[in-house]
Amino acid sequence: MSDLPASDLITPDAGEAAILGLASVSILKAAPLTRLSFRAREASLKKAGTAFGVALPVKPLTSTTTAKRAALWMGPDEWTLLAPEEDLQAVAVGIEGKLDGEPHALVDVSDRSDAVIVTGERAAWLLNTGIFVDFSLESFPVGTVTRTLFHKSPVMIWRIGPEAFVVEAWGSFMDYVAGLLVQCAQELEAV
Amino acid sequence: MLLIYCPYCQIERAEIEFRCGGEAHIARPSDPEKATDDDWVEFLYMRSNTKGIAAERWRHIHGCGRFFNAVRDTVSDEFLKVYKTGEAKPDLEAIAREAGK
Ligand SMILES: [Zn+2]
Repeated sequence: MSDLPASDLITPDAGEAAILGLASVSILKAAPLTRLSFRAREASLKKAGTAFGVALPVKPLTSTTTAKRAALWMGPDEWTLLAPEEDLQAVAVGIEGKLDGEPHALVDVSDRSDAVIVTGERAAWLLNTGIFVDFSLESFPVGTVTRTLFHKSPVMIWRIGPEAFVVEAWGSFMDYVAGLLVQCAQELEAV
Repeated sequence: MLLIYCPYCQIERAEIEFRCGGEAHIARPSDPEKATDDDWVEFLYMRSNTKGIAAERWRHIHGCGRFFNAVRDTVSDEFLKVYKTGEAKPDLEAIAREAGK
């Protein structure tokens, strides 16, 4: 997956077996990440982006990335910032240092959610078994990120390639999400 | 499935991503110290419960998380207008006329 954005950031967890491995779609557990929830006003965005290493996106449902940083639009004043696990301290201190005195919130939520990487030609089909979102490339191009519902669980969907998605859910919900994905994928084997 | 437009995400999404937050444009008493019990009753409990065109607060709770306002026909469930929090209450009668209600 080296040609995908944030390729050094979103990587399969080497110590984990694949959750699903069909020819048309696979699910891999993603390696741990630094996740920061950032909320601020418009005036602080530029400084925060400079400190973080990539400008924060202002267009709804988009993301900006470098190899080791990703800024995901969550709401008009809310972003999720992703970085390698070991960079937590550096990123947090860097942003706090630039925004001294400006109203903002920067919260470490690294352990709140787990992520799986869903790839393959039937990846969008599989997600659509539980999500009411149009995943065609025209309306959900690469880089699009959104919170939505997968069956009854809140999830975050981030498209990192034409046939690759990151699916994040709260830690205690991930068994439900991954379990249902695997169950729905059985339909692909049946044909 | 009913689709609702979120003015912050600028996209239509399924109804299950949203929650209705009740009647819109209900202002909290600006000087709480001077508000009487009747003022509080009015603010907290009294709602117009419109049958027809009504302005409501909605929240894109499973999306961007933001509250916004929407004009909805409570009989047909049709959304006639959405607008951001803080924007003025639109002319409901004009919207009703335009929609032929
Ligand atoms: Zn929204």
